[in-house]
Amino acid sequence: MEKIPILKMGDFLLVTIQVDLYDRLALNLEADLVGTINKYQSKGVLIDISAVDIVDSFMGRILGNIAQMSKILDAHTVVVGMQPAVAITLIELGMPMSGVFTALNVERGMELLRAKIFTDDADTETDSAE
Amino acid sequence: MKQTTGVLLQRKYKEILEQWIQQQLKDDALREDLMSNEELRHESEEFLHSLLNAVKKDNYTDIDAPEYEKTLEALSGISTARATKGYSPRETSNYIFSLKDALFIILEKEITDKARLYKEYHRVNKLIDSLGIYTFEAFIRGREDVIMRQTSEISEISTPVIQVWDGILALPIIGTLDSSRTQVVMENLLMKIVDTESTIAILDISGVPAVDSLVAQHLIKTVSATRLMGAECIISGIRPEIAQTIVHLGIDLSGIITKASLAHALRFAFGLLKIEVKKSTDKIKTGI
Amino acid sequence: MMQTQKLIVLSNEVITILKEHDVVFLRGRISQYADKIQMGLLNKTKLLTAASELVRNMISYAGQGKVLCEIVASIGLEKGIRLTFTDRGPGIKDISLAMKDGYTTGKTLGLGLPGAKRLVSVFEIKSQPGKGTTVVIIKWKNG
Repeated sequence: MEKIPILKMGDFLLVTIQVDLYDRLALNLEADLVGTINKYQSKGVLIDISAVDIVDSFMGRILGNIAQMSKILDAHTVVVGMQPAVAITLIELGMPMSGVFTALNVERGMELLRAKIFTDDADTETDSAE
Repeated sequence: MKQTTGVLLQRKYKEILEQWIQQQLKDDALREDLMSNEELRHESEEFLHSLLNAVKKDNYTDIDAPEYEKTLEALSGISTARATKGYSPRETSNYIFSLKDALFIILEKEITDKARLYKEYHRVNKLIDSLGIYTFEAFIRGREDVIMRQTSEISEISTPVIQVWDGILALPIIGTLDSSRTQVVMENLLMKIVDTESTIAILDISGVPAVDSLVAQHLIKTVSATRLMGAECIISGIRPEIAQTIVHLGIDLSGIITKASLAHALRFAFGLLKIEVKKSTDKIKTGI
Repeated sequence: MMQTQKLIVLSNEVITILKEHDVVFLRGRISQYADKIQMGLLNKTKLLTAASELVRNMISYAGQGKVLCEIVASIGLEKGIRLTFTDRGPGIKDISLAMKDGYTTGKTLGLGLPGAKRLVSVFEIKSQPGKGTTVVIIKWKNG
């Protein structure tokens, strides 16, 4: 059975989706990800969908789920590489996609994650300083 | 035994065709510059053949019935072809109406009973009128296709996406923003964002005459789509009257960054990208 | 009321959907048809996404169904893809309610039907509770 590989890149995890996410595969991905975040205490997750031609409401929900689950485990998620046609279609479809951060590519995605983590740390510092 | 008119007309196919061709050649409006007489004859042959086939079933009123399918197809083809060639709608419809005269001449020759002749005239008349209208409708559709094509070409040209700085794109939108134009704008903008790896897009709407709830929706969609690409979208060029209209209409633009002019938007974009623009302190070089 | 506009069918194929994974095959075929009539990328993406939504709905509520894929041409000679989704599932009691964003009776987000409608040129739905549902969509080559 197919499994979507999760790459560890320092504090971050990179997931590259290149196949159609059907039910079981998506659920497995969610489970694998939370497990891996926990294992490495990862601070960020990058989901690369540059090879994905179609994102329907099911896939959109999976992305949203992953973002929420990661957040609970104190990791930020950024979806990168969304194709223009997919973006326009998602808007037309009416998918809210709130809570899901996006970036143009992996590089930008990592910058965004670093910025978020920096802000997190800054907040924690001010909290403890008070 | 009286044969039905349909069968009668089919028998007289050749005569009717000749009459019709003659009627067309007599017509002052014959456009020999647009179509050769051979082409005209060939077209007429085909059409007449399918029409007389359909009329066999003695149905003169319902042209949506299956027996008329081929006839309508032929008619549609003729009409659209003429629309593209540059015939006027009148010239195209007259093509069909001239057939009436040919049919009447034949009917008169074959039917001696005045009462029956009148009845057949009436039926054929209605049928040809109906087909004439169909021709007109098909003609209009042909023209609409041309208009659509031109509109999309204009859309392409009139929404340039300009890179004004590293990572900053500007789109001056001129003219009405309907849903099909919005699609074109979104496509072009998003593809340019990917190409240039830009993070900010400035949509200037000072050239958009009216902004109602529909246009606002289109703008909001464009902003949302841009954000999904990891970029930010600023709307500039909102005239005071537009600002008023937006509030009166109860449109919620709270999630969108708006600036009065493209210049303001640019300044803001520089701020977002932490870019400073300073006056050069070299007094001698420029002399300004 | 089903569309009464006359359409010429240029080719057709019925694809049976028995499990979720069949969506992949369906998408591939629809993609081929769309390429055949030279549909642009954005319109193709919208069509495939709408089909995806409708098939998921079908599997979710009826377990299985059939999809009739046709290449059609209108009288104005514009080409398009017409898809007819039929299932013998529980059917939809209140169609107008089902067409509202966010309304769902199951595990979907409730965006499938109204969302798909926004993505296509023509959308028609017929349903009889207990008998099944039929959804017909058309996407013209130029949207």
